[in-house]
Amino acid sequence: MRMTTRNVSLTTALRYKGQGPMLTFILHRIGGLGMAIFVSVHILSSFLGGTTGIYLNSVYESWVFQLFIFFFVMFHIINGLRITILDLWPSLLVHEREAIWLEWPVFLALYGFAVLVIVRTGLGS
Amino acid sequence: MDTPRTLRPSERGLSFEMLLWLFTRLSALVMYVLILAGLVGALIMGARTQMNFADVMRWAFMPTVTHVQSTNVLELGPWSTVFWKSVGSALLLVASAHGARGLVVIADDYIVSGRARRIVRTASVIALVAMCVIGLYVVWTA
Repeated sequence: MRMTTRNVSLTTALRYKGQGPMLTFILHRIGGLGMAIFVSVHILSSFLGGTTGIYLNSVYESWVFQLFIFFFVMFHIINGLRITILDLWPSLLVHEREAIWLEWPVFLALYGFAVLVIVRTGLGS
Repeated sequence: MDTPRTLRPSERGLSFEMLLWLFTRLSALVMYVLILAGLVGALIMGARTQMNFADVMRWAFMPTVTHVQSTNVLELGPWSTVFWKSVGSALLLVASAHGARGLVVIADDYIVSGRARRIVRTASVIALVAMCVIGLYVVWTA
């Protein structure tokens, strides 16, 4: 087993100007990790039931949590489709930046609609 | 850098890692199909009760009957058929595998020690099997 070392410091890594593609990359990771935790806890709570399950369900059903999880879920879904299309048809990869520009308005429109529905439902109208 | 991060050309090709890379992309497309099926189903079955959109989406993201128990649907029968339990099971299995693969990819990128990476890999596989078993139990006994 060989140990690898980082060839850049953490501060250099944080200053890396990956711009648009880097932002989608990091949001995709955070969202994926968040969904893995959320789905696992949700499956466990629905299995356990009882006071723990009811408590966890009340957390998921709060509109603040839904705004948070929906941001990452919607982003992961839309960004994932972009990655899938570009990776399965590699000739399109030259248009990666344009695809990311296109991705944001699609995401903002769908997430904006979700925010509207969640907040209206959450405020009980 | 004491270890090369790219494979020699002779080592590339259809490896297990390549198949998992492909699985991540194809499972994304499969989940799109399953979620759209759930969305269409909720719109058809919930139309008579004027189901609100939040509940429609909750069904689309996981078509299991516990997701509509607290809504205004008149009868739960059409929502708990073998068909929808199968769609839910398929979504559960595909999404869990996709997620476990994602955890391994993230671990490989950020965990430097090979031993810790192997621990996370093993833990991800155990978590995957556990979530599939528990999830299937919940879907089919609900």
